[in-house]
Amino acid sequence: MRELITLHVNGEFHELAVLPHHTLLEVLREDLGLIGTKHGCELGECGACTVLIDGLPILSCLTLPLEVQNSEITTIEGLEENGKLHPLQETFAELGAAQCGYCTPGILLAGVALLQEHPQPSLEQMKEALAGNLCRCTGYTKIYEAIDAAAERLHAAGGVS
Amino acid sequence: MTIKEHAGIGRNTSRAFKYIGAPLPKVDAYAKVTGRALYADDIMLPRMLYGRLLRSPHPHARIIEIDIHRALELPGVLAVITGEDLPQRFGILPSSQDEYALAIDKVRYVGDPVAAVAAVDPDILDEAIKLIQVEYEILPALMTIEEALEHPEVKINEEARIGNIHKAVSYEFGDIEGGFAGADYVREDWFFYEGNNHAPMEEHACVANWEPNPSDPVGGKITLWSSTQTPHYVHRELSKVMGLPQSHVRVIAPHVGGGFGGKSDPFSHEMCAAELSRRTGRPVKITCTREEVFLTHRGRHPVKMWIKTGVKKDGTLTAMHFRSFLDGGAYGSYGIATTYYTGALQTVTYKLPCYKFEGMRLFTNKPPCGPKRGHGTTQPRYAVEVHLDKIAHDLAIDPLELRRRNLIEPDTRTVNGLRITSCALGECLKAVAERSGWYEFHAEPTTVSDKSAMGAINRPLRVVGHENGNVAESPIKRGLGIAASSYICGAGKPIYWNDLPHSAVQIRLDRGGGITVYCGSTDIGQGSTSILAYIVAEELGVPPEHIHLETADTTLTPVDLGSYSSRVTFMAGNAAIAAARKLKAQLFELASEQLQVPVENLEATECLIYDTNDPGVALPYVKVVQLTEARYGALVAAGSYAPPEDIHGDYKGAGVGPSPAYSYSACVAQVAVDSETGEVVVEKLWLAHDVGQSINPLLVAGQVEGGAYMGFGEATMEQQIFRRGRHKIPSLLDYKLPTTFDTPEIETILIEIPDREGPYGAKEAGQGPLNPVIPAIANAVFDAVGVRIDETPITSDKVLKALRAELPGARSAQRPHVEPIEVASAWPTRLITWQPADISLIAKDGV
Repeated sequence: MRELITLHVNGEFHELAVLPHHTLLEVLREDLGLIGTKHGCELGECGACTVLIDGLPILSCLTLPLEVQNSEITTIEGLEENGKLHPLQETFAELGAAQCGYCTPGILLAGVALLQEHPQPSLEQMKEALAGNLCRCTGYTKIYEAIDAAAERLHAAGGVS
Repeated sequence: MTIKEHAGIGRNTSRAFKYIGAPLPKVDAYAKVTGRALYADDIMLPRMLYGRLLRSPHPHARIIEIDIHRALELPGVLAVITGEDLPQRFGILPSSQDEYALAIDKVRYVGDPVAAVAAVDPDILDEAIKLIQVEYEILPALMTIEEALEHPEVKINEEARIGNIHKAVSYEFGDIEGGFAGADYVREDWFFYEGNNHAPMEEHACVANWEPNPSDPVGGKITLWSSTQTPHYVHRELSKVMGLPQSHVRVIAPHVGGGFGGKSDPFSHEMCAAELSRRTGRPVKITCTREEVFLTHRGRHPVKMWIKTGVKKDGTLTAMHFRSFLDGGAYGSYGIATTYYTGALQTVTYKLPCYKFEGMRLFTNKPPCGPKRGHGTTQPRYAVEVHLDKIAHDLAIDPLELRRRNLIEPDTRTVNGLRITSCALGECLKAVAERSGWYEFHAEPTTVSDKSAMGAINRPLRVVGHENGNVAESPIKRGLGIAASSYICGAGKPIYWNDLPHSAVQIRLDRGGGITVYCGSTDIGQGSTSILAYIVAEELGVPPEHIHLETADTTLTPVDLGSYSSRVTFMAGNAAIAAARKLKAQLFELASEQLQVPVENLEATECLIYDTNDPGVALPYVKVVQLTEARYGALVAAGSYAPPEDIHGDYKGAGVGPSPAYSYSACVAQVAVDSETGEVVVEKLWLAHDVGQSINPLLVAGQVEGGAYMGFGEATMEQQIFRRGRHKIPSLLDYKLPTTFDTPEIETILIEIPDREGPYGAKEAGQGPLNPVIPAIANAVFDAVGVRIDETPITSDKVLKALRAELPGARSAQRPHVEPIEVASAWPTRLITWQPADISLIAKDGV
């Protein structure tokens, strides 16, 4: 039986009738059409489905929508504000940190959470923050460079966005 | 960054480029960072159904009966198909047409697809799959090269002519007996390279949409969106399996979430989605689970290798005899090409006056192996480079020096007939040696005070252990290892031998200023679509942002054979230049008339066409387009590319290995090995890559870093493990691949000495840089702790075992080694002997 729930996603409220065993990943993609959230394993192993729940990165494939009804959910689609990209999105694009781009939404959201906690993260802090996000294309090198550059941009702009 | 520091090496300064060589964002970068990029599984069509494959639980079994009735009766299930419904065999190679969309009579590995279901939602699929009853008669399963050789009576695949030998090849080039007779020293070694999976982050997915047309005797058309690297070949095979003319099949690759070779075959899930769509009249999506990706596989072949090499006292190579035994899995895939590739490129890195190669591929009851980044050349490169390191050690020659003494030279022919044009391997070796401090490290003094001084300037320390009493005993020991490699810039021959172009580009100019570029090339993340934009922008003098790109669509775009063999920049790039220059000639003709300036004085940039002698004399690009269209009508041009003919020998099998150019790479790896636990930490990789000319250095560096990362994974942790016929670790948790914590620092050095046939001098970067990484790490482990690990991955347990075998009193039986394969005196195929008509061509002075 489906259950009626309300999800607060990217600043919008959605009333949904969901099957209780469906994961947040499935509901975001299939019910809300937010296909920017990716999946690479459906078992919590790859990090591609990372979204922010109240600002913290979580794996949407291991989360049930029923559990997060009272939380603010941010997906990759919610990172832009009125068409303006988050500095991390800009630097990922400019510095070649997205190759195939499939892990990118998850890494961007984990990166945003990292910059909230550590506005000028060290390499070790970046590694720690992204240890659960697999990327098969980049060797992570350009990802670190892009986070570094975004941190600088945010710093120059007067703090974390 | 390193790139900026080093990008100047050998850069072509004859012409100032506007866009070529600039670190521009990719054309799809913003779609990817905002979540807008659509991958196959993101495509949702109205009334779409979901499909899934039922796969065999047995590694080898006869199918007695399949009962689909209960599944069909389940509400929400619209179709169930089995092997009899798609009986046409297919396969990527014309010589290995051995796959069925769904197994007929037999299953050959755990994961072999047996039936396919379409239903209204994935939950119903779960139930429906369980309701399909399959009765099997279990057959003996052969899981290794040795078992496949020992049990010819158990025939896995009818394609095998003798026992389970899928393909055997045997070649002798030049005077091999004379070569060994002339050697001062001969060494033999066995190696084993373990198989592994590409593990692209995107799982394979496709959506098929059948559009019926009752007025057409064919019945309708099928469109397939698929996460494929090779829409052209999927087009071809899907047409065959569905019994539709190619005119009625359209294959589109949307954004592809990584491939690395794993999405280069036509697959069962694609055939089944299309057939289920035809039967139900509704779109059908099939998305593989991660476990299915591991079972679909086509990954790196496990290969056992034997090498015998003769050298002079000074390290000059006099002869090499190389044998490879490939564990192919249950089907052909690219395996015949892979078999050839394990032998073909040994001659391209170092000068070999004679060379013998014998290879064989065995069928086993495992998921089919295929091409992975470095296709068939990665395994022998590991073996050859470790083997040469041993020879250098035996002869007390610096391993770097031994390599330098044997480098292939530009503009020569190899003894197996391959044409070599540009080669900057010497520069690559020099660069990694300098950047890594190779010579200083190996000449490092061993007193405590010197060590502290060196530490202060941040150079790696070789920590000296027990034998040196005045040093605090640290179990951590450092080593540096080096290796070199080469790779093709595109296969010189297409999969289906013909005289047609390998790549074509069509460009349409809009009178409003827009430019649309059409090309079948498939962007799997490497940036091939962006490359087209930069090239057309450079030629027509219009920013890349003005250019629209239509790619990887077999209906809309002219052919490109696919993203395999590191061919796209070279081939599609040259085709794009050809097409753009045709339009440029037309535009310049009109601009010349209008400006009263000779054509040769015109240049195009920033949407202007101007006189180079007087830049003030200029016309807007749009104006010139309109003038040209007024004279000639619609402005469309096409260009195409096929590699030159005379780049290989004239023997059977000479089609694998030739390429219009070869890239070269060199790697130094720095490792720290814990001599008490065997733990290997790769601290840093220096990788120099001879790319000819970067079209975009950001993307080239990205390919080098990605290749280094993937090589590191294969060297230290990635492996497929089977137990009782099943893949034991088909998940991203159990299949170890490098995370941020594992991956070493990677320093990229781009060597840019333009190739005369590459687009603006460019060569490949997608695959070659992976190859030297694995042997460099293996050699570094030896440099650190003095033990050789002759099989991959080089894990702590193997290193520890090797270290213990070195201890006094250890039994020699404990020493890790690769078990040799006994070979009957005659290789099971006809020996082909060949040598270049003019043997002097091997040396540069002969050209």
